[in-house]
Amino acid sequence: MYNTRVRGILIKGDKSYSDVSRDVLRPLDAKTPIWWWVTAGLAIIAMAWGSWGFYNTISTGIGTWGLNNNVAWGWAIINFVWWIGIGHAGTAFSIFLLILRQKWRTSINRAAEAMTIFAVMAAGLFPLLHMGRIWDGFFIFPYWNTRGPLWDNFNSPLFWDVVAISTYFMASALFWYVGMIPDFATIREKTASKIKRKIYGAMSFGWVGNAKSWLRFETAALLLGGMAAPLVVSVHSIVSMDFSVSVVPGWHTTIFPPYFVIGAIFSGFGMVLTLMIVLRKIYSFKDYVTDGHLDAITRILTFISLIMGTAYLTELFTAWYSGSEYELFTFLKNRVTGEYTFAYWTMIICNGMIPQLFWFKKIRKNITIVFIISIFINIGMWFERYVIVVTSLSKDFLPATWATYEPTITEVAAFVGTIGLFILGVLAFFRWIPTIAISEVKSVLKETTTLKSFTDEN
Amino acid sequence: MEKIYWQSLENYKENQASVLEKREPVPEFSIEGLDESEVKGKSSRRDFLKMLGFSVSAVALVSSCQMPVRKAIPLLNQPEELIPGIPNYFASSFFDGDDYCSILVKTRENRPIKIEGNDLSPLTKGGTNAKVQASVLNLYDDARLKNPYLNGNETTWQELDEEISAQLSQIKASGKKIVLLTSTIISPSTVALINEFLANNPHAQWVQFDPVSMAAMRKANDLNFGQPVIPNYNFAKANIIVGFNADYLGTWLMPTAFTKQYAANRKLNGGKRNMSRSYQFESTLSLTGSNADYRYGIKPSDEGVVLLNLYNLIAKSTGAETYPTEASPIDLNQVASDLLKNKGQSLVVSGTNDTGIQLIVNAINHQLTNYGKTIDLNTPINLKQGDHEAVEALVKEMNSGTVGGLLVYNVNPAYDYYQAEAFKSGMEKVGLKISFSDTMNETAKLCTAVCTNHNYLESWGDAEPIKGHRSIIQPAIRPIFNTRQFEDSLLAWMGSNIDFSSYMEKNWETEATDLGWFSGAFTQFWNQTKHDGVFSYPINTTEQPAFAAQPLKLTKPAGNGIELVLYEKIAIGTGKHTNNPWLLEMPDPITKATWDNYLCISSKYATEHGLALEDVVSVNGLFEIPVLIQPGQPDGTVALALGFGRTDAGKAGNNVGQNGFPLMNTVQGAPQLAGKVVTIEKVNGKTYPLALTQMHHDMEGRPIVRETTLPEYLQDPYSGNEQHLFDEKHNVTLYSKVQYDGLHWGMSIDLNSCTGCSNCVIACQAENNVAVIGKEQVRNRRIMHWMRIDRYYSRTEDNPEVYHMPVMCQHCDNAPCENVCPVAATNHSTEGLNQMAYNRCIGTRYCINNCPYKVRRFNWFEFTNNNKFDFNMNSELGKMVLNPDVTVRQRGVVEKCSLCVQRIQEKKLVAKMENRELREGEIKVACQQSCPADAIQFGNLLKKDSAVSLMVKEERMYHLLEHLHTLPSTSYLTKVRNTEA
Repeated sequence: MYNTRVRGILIKGDKSYSDVSRDVLRPLDAKTPIWWWVTAGLAIIAMAWGSWGFYNTISTGIGTWGLNNNVAWGWAIINFVWWIGIGHAGTAFSIFLLILRQKWRTSINRAAEAMTIFAVMAAGLFPLLHMGRIWDGFFIFPYWNTRGPLWDNFNSPLFWDVVAISTYFMASALFWYVGMIPDFATIREKTASKIKRKIYGAMSFGWVGNAKSWLRFETAALLLGGMAAPLVVSVHSIVSMDFSVSVVPGWHTTIFPPYFVIGAIFSGFGMVLTLMIVLRKIYSFKDYVTDGHLDAITRILTFISLIMGTAYLTELFTAWYSGSEYELFTFLKNRVTGEYTFAYWTMIICNGMIPQLFWFKKIRKNITIVFIISIFINIGMWFERYVIVVTSLSKDFLPATWATYEPTITEVAAFVGTIGLFILGVLAFFRWIPTIAISEVKSVLKETTTLKSFTDEN
Repeated sequence: MEKIYWQSLENYKENQASVLEKREPVPEFSIEGLDESEVKGKSSRRDFLKMLGFSVSAVALVSSCQMPVRKAIPLLNQPEELIPGIPNYFASSFFDGDDYCSILVKTRENRPIKIEGNDLSPLTKGGTNAKVQASVLNLYDDARLKNPYLNGNETTWQELDEEISAQLSQIKASGKKIVLLTSTIISPSTVALINEFLANNPHAQWVQFDPVSMAAMRKANDLNFGQPVIPNYNFAKANIIVGFNADYLGTWLMPTAFTKQYAANRKLNGGKRNMSRSYQFESTLSLTGSNADYRYGIKPSDEGVVLLNLYNLIAKSTGAETYPTEASPIDLNQVASDLLKNKGQSLVVSGTNDTGIQLIVNAINHQLTNYGKTIDLNTPINLKQGDHEAVEALVKEMNSGTVGGLLVYNVNPAYDYYQAEAFKSGMEKVGLKISFSDTMNETAKLCTAVCTNHNYLESWGDAEPIKGHRSIIQPAIRPIFNTRQFEDSLLAWMGSNIDFSSYMEKNWETEATDLGWFSGAFTQFWNQTKHDGVFSYPINTTEQPAFAAQPLKLTKPAGNGIELVLYEKIAIGTGKHTNNPWLLEMPDPITKATWDNYLCISSKYATEHGLALEDVVSVNGLFEIPVLIQPGQPDGTVALALGFGRTDAGKAGNNVGQNGFPLMNTVQGAPQLAGKVVTIEKVNGKTYPLALTQMHHDMEGRPIVRETTLPEYLQDPYSGNEQHLFDEKHNVTLYSKVQYDGLHWGMSIDLNSCTGCSNCVIACQAENNVAVIGKEQVRNRRIMHWMRIDRYYSRTEDNPEVYHMPVMCQHCDNAPCENVCPVAATNHSTEGLNQMAYNRCIGTRYCINNCPYKVRRFNWFEFTNNNKFDFNMNSELGKMVLNPDVTVRQRGVVEKCSLCVQRIQEKKLVAKMENRELREGEIKVACQQSCPADAIQFGNLLKKDSAVSLMVKEERMYHLLEHLHTLPSTSYLTKVRNTEA
């Protein structure tokens, strides 16, 4: 229809409105496929193992982990930051691309937001588990108590964390849910099953789709979006302050807030890429999540990767320029060379170098390679947190206290468990929720774009 | 439609009428408010659920909330001196056969909980060592026997005494010998009693045995002076101290007293401008060597050569006879000229049990006119009276079957005699074997009867470690078990009807009256002596005995092959306290290893033989043991600690490490620690884990331990501490300094005095209920000690310079830990303490990360009542050692040094009740109280003339990592080495 070489189209396949509804809702009404059961089974096994890890930790103590007097934070914090980073994609997609008027986001934002919710849930488990006395964990909330003038320490970044993450989770969940209301109504109308009709009807809050509803819906989405936008920046800035507020060489860095936010968006987009490639494959959504969409994401990743590389170099420069022997030791002797070379260079290669391959069109167009690189980004971002947490702590000020850290099976189990939780969440999302925002896609059905990613398609 | 219930037809009709006609409903509830079903005596399904719910929740509530029943029985007659919550102190003495120390025993509610140094003692002057500090835990050792034993079964004292008396008289009749084999006994009253016992039993003989003998020194003094004694040394008067394999700061003779003296002459505060210089020639890196200004590694076989060369250099200058010898491997001109410059103010000592070597040492000291000045033969040291020749003769006699009875007291030759196998086979041929052990140790196990002894904290006794210095041992607790002290057993068998305390008192009374030690009533004198714990009487002879020169010759053959050096660890010694978990877990001051012994090898040997830390080697095919590469280990030597490899020590000490005693060297019948040539073979592919508390030994050029040399210091007191001036100058902040009102607690540590002996580590552990966590967790780098001693090396690995630095919470005024705790569990007190609220802590461990000193400890597990940590806190008996003033920490909370806040509060309360200000020095924290080097000062920083303030004013003062602007309340004084610039 609009098939010209000048303007690219966002949704391929010449869809009509009802095609969109039918395509997106098809998997919801279909029989649960085998692959779903198999993956869910694996995820549950992972969760079972993770539950053992959690149980072991809570019943026996943090001693079941590989931490010690010097390295008091390890995998739990690494994984926490990693998950939170992944949890950035959804809101970043919806809000930032909305602000940047990137209409192609409509095909992806629903899945990205779902990912956010489950990633933040997985992340949130770690600070809980990480507490020495989880049964007294409620101390961290500022509440009136009978213990005299005992109040939280508002100076502590850990307290900021609690506030920032719970706010972010709440806002993201609301934003996600509100966006789904018209789609739930669509399901209610389309589904054959009576039970489903009742459930989705309730979930859509009796949406009727009149002009008034749409008006209010748009306003609510806008308000929530506006509220969530600063949160994207604040959450990971605050998480980064867990480190940058401290005196530990390698942590005490002013670059951390922007560096962490960018890193989070990087890992989030990486995970979105991984997920969307899977999603469009299994549900045949290639018309909605087109090669153009993937291409657009890879272009963004290339750019962020450059920022990441710059941040890594800036860190090294600052360490050198500071003249502090402790900083120099941590960065140059401990990370670049020395005991943690492997982790450091894995981080540099996976985050700073491999995504640069996206400069080549051939690589951008080869979905298999794109998928593999997206996995590398996830690994690289994990190692970035490993480098920050472990290398700084294990060799800090007094050499007499230097100690190495290796995770135990309990810590690995807890991590695998959260991966299981994330996957199970995503599977549930695939199964029972429209994975593409139907109403929003419909709004861009006739849209065209001059974006390179999409015009190249033709 | 309501159902109608009826009993008879009339009733039915009546009811029906009432329902239909009167339209009055049958009441659902009766007027009593009872349920219909209840009226009928049945319960409905709903009731059943109600009942079920109630009973389940009630049962759950009751069973889960029930507290264990703890019985507390009030005292019917409260003793006058016992006030719950108020400690009592008893003066006593520690003597384990090797080491002596005058102590105060702190008791709470009648149980000893802490050992403190006795300030009144002229010898130890309030100092202790780690073994002494830990000895209180021996009282609560589960391995202690609870009853006397006869033929392996528990028995009663009456039965035992009858049996033994019968057997003793039988042996008497048979004409066989009875031998009393004891450790060195320094108690005058016990010696009197033993002599009485020997007089009663003409066939009896008394043999004293030291696992590490110093008989050669007595023999040498016998030859030179006609007196078989160990002279008294005064390290405080010596400007030049030269040691040869004598770890006088660690394990040699009286380390606590010697450390006091040594440290006194090393202090530079208050404008003092001179300090002693110490040289150490040794075959393994000892604590003394690590503190020496000049240290030389020598092979044991070279010791004689070096000494004789040193003698020749001195003799050449004084014009005495010289002896031909091969050249010394070490240039001795500097040490010789230093010694000659300090005649009468120097000291040469050797710890080698070799008469030839001791004769050379005596000759050198004589040439330097040290006798009567730094060495006193008139007040000899009574320790180490063991006679290895007599022991050897005894073992022969035992094997030949001429010994009818063997009484073993305070020694364990089946373990620590170097020919233990011969001793054990000899024991089989002895009819009556009596042990006076308090545990079923290796020797006691082989005995017919075990007359279970008291712990020393339950015993009466006295001690005379040095002639003229007496001290008292008095019980601080009633015997916990059905035990009897050794002396009382002897008294019982002698048919005496008095106990040893009366015997001792009588003994003192006669002696004191004869020698005129008191005027007035004896009771008053006796009470005062018991109160002070120590008593000194004057020795009137001032003239030293004449020196009879002896020809000097070397008895040791020149070494070929790898020479083994056995040594005593600071914590473990000869293995008497190997079951003490505090001592097992104390990091060795040099190697920083816990829970094991290991073969120390030189780095050259390691490279040549491809050995790394934890690789296992076999020594003489006798046993396999892991290696530890020890900087400063001389080439051609390996070193092994004694005291390990015990098989019957108790649950903590059994089968820990390997027993080195069988590898003692013998030269002309004298057992020596060093010099045995051994073959070492690598066991390929086998490793054995070692638990070290420090893995990195280099300061990385950071200004952590700051040091200077004496000449530099005299030129510029800030030398070595320039960084402090720089940091002070560049210390800028936006915030005003914290203001304190009246009190600001601070601590100062003089790195020049600190020897690294680790007494403070154990003192702190005992005071603050610090948990023992076992080898595996130490290996995981989770040791709980609130106070640690960092040890660094510098210069070469062949002969490193060693630094000891005690580090505990620095109580920063700008503490990084405080502002990161989300729940404010760690915060700053108005007196400058960084305090921990354990029950507020949720264990985020952020404070641990953010503490640059890494002094915070996390309770990784529940360390109390946990079978996985089966140490004293998992035993009802062992828990009695806990200090009731200090919380036992729960799993999941962070803990750290509190600057003994309980001691501060206690004294503040006293001052408040007496309505006065706190006195200077009134509060002594645990590490400071018993420091044998007086390296730690504690007090109010706001008081200008307090000891700690004076230290802070020194030019040598600096704060650890002060450039971080943490503003610590703890300060350090730079280390000054007395070397040529």
